[in-house]
Amino acid sequence: MCLGIPGRIAAIRDAERRIASVDFSGVRRDVDLTCVAEGALDDLVGTWVLVHVGFAMSVIDEAEAQRTLEALAELGEAEEEYAAMRESAAMLEERP
Amino acid sequence: MKYIDEFRDPALAKNLFRRIESLVGPAGGTKEKPLQIMEICGGHTHAIFRYGLDKLVPAELEFVHGPGCPVCVLPMSRVDDCIEIAARDNVIFCTFGDAMRVPGTRKSLMQAKAEGCDIRMVYSPLDALELARRNPDRDVVFFGLGFETTMPATAVTIRKAAADGQTNFSVFCNHILVPPPLRALLSDPQMRLDGFVGPGHVSMIIGTEPYRFIAEEFGKPLVVAGFEPLDLLQAIVMVLQQLAEGRAEIENQYARVVPANGNPHAMAAIEAVYEPRSSFDWRGLGEIDRSGVKIRGEYAAYDAEVKFGVGYGAGKAAGREPEGCRCGDVVKGLIKPPACPKFGGECVPERPLGALMVSSEGACAAYYQYGGTRREEAA
Repeated sequence: MCLGIPGRIAAIRDAERRIASVDFSGVRRDVDLTCVAEGALDDLVGTWVLVHVGFAMSVIDEAEAQRTLEALAELGEAEEEYAAMRESAAMLEERP
Repeated sequence: MKYIDEFRDPALAKNLFRRIESLVGPAGGTKEKPLQIMEICGGHTHAIFRYGLDKLVPAELEFVHGPGCPVCVLPMSRVDDCIEIAARDNVIFCTFGDAMRVPGTRKSLMQAKAEGCDIRMVYSPLDALELARRNPDRDVVFFGLGFETTMPATAVTIRKAAADGQTNFSVFCNHILVPPPLRALLSDPQMRLDGFVGPGHVSMIIGTEPYRFIAEEFGKPLVVAGFEPLDLLQAIVMVLQQLAEGRAEIENQYARVVPANGNPHAMAAIEAVYEPRSSFDWRGLGEIDRSGVKIRGEYAAYDAEVKFGVGYGAGKAAGREPEGCRCGDVVKGLIKPPACPKFGGECVPERPLGALMVSSEGACAAYYQYGGTRREEAA
């Protein structure tokens, strides 16, 4: 929750709602780009962003992304984040 | 703990440790009265213990683990309020997983869920909003928790809900700010901190300007740092250099991610949706002026405090800490976790009694996991 996790923007899913599909080491989820971009979003596809609870907060370069991912893996935080993403997606699909 | 050879760049790590050793004396540290450097962020606390930095630095320097773990400082009465809201008919209560085990005065959200409340763990407030869309006949409440890193996320989500007219969605706002408790700690006559390592990702949002009072009013250095061990060591070198040269400035070791002015889009969203409360209660620290925020009147329809009549302070007695729990003294750096009589016995990560044992970012949990139990500590 407090540490951001790097992901790579795979596609813009809904430009009007500022939503992209972001790849986190194989886990895909929707991420809001409101805080990192004004105007057109297409140029952001392929770039790395630091994501806090589903919101991109900074555009970072690939070396920084890898370094951050290694540090998060060492702390056991990366796996925790991916698990939280998967569980949240599964929860949404549950029938009420 | 790790050996220096396991660091990403062992040669650089060794060099940084050598510089720390040579600077700690000129900076004023002695074995009898070690320099006290507070790392504010719980992520830093976790990294310090994971890598054993507290044991690798010279004895003339000690880390004081600051209040930067939002679930650790959440008052028990607010957990009680969450459970009260979650128990209402028709409510789906959504929370980050981190908050599930935080003890309230009677129970945690985990226990309330086991007793039948509809409580769901979500990764993002966006998922709570989506849940509201998919369940138009239910009232979805999101537990807004965290420092300036998660505030923009709930702010943008509230604005999206307002734009959509998604009135079955609201946020129970418990967001808190990093700078006010630092002012409170520095104003406490018992404190004798020498310098600070500032949080990386919070600073990515707020920039470095909000820390200026620490240097200008209190004459203490602060260096914003990344949370890799080499970042932390570099930041400690920078703090020691300032102390050795008699300077007190706000410096930025993590400029590759933290711009001096933060993230203006995120700050604009925070400003639009929230306003400061006159004060907010921190577990272990008590009420701190203007340290928390509430949702502005403009967004009252999305404010769970208004919707469910659970205002802050609403005439309730503040939750009392468990007898003998010394979380407050640990947060202030007055004692180390093993000095608390509950540590490792009645208070363990599986059954946290005090707040600092709840999250891996809490000082006690980190100490318990990496620092050895009390018996080993005493030996």
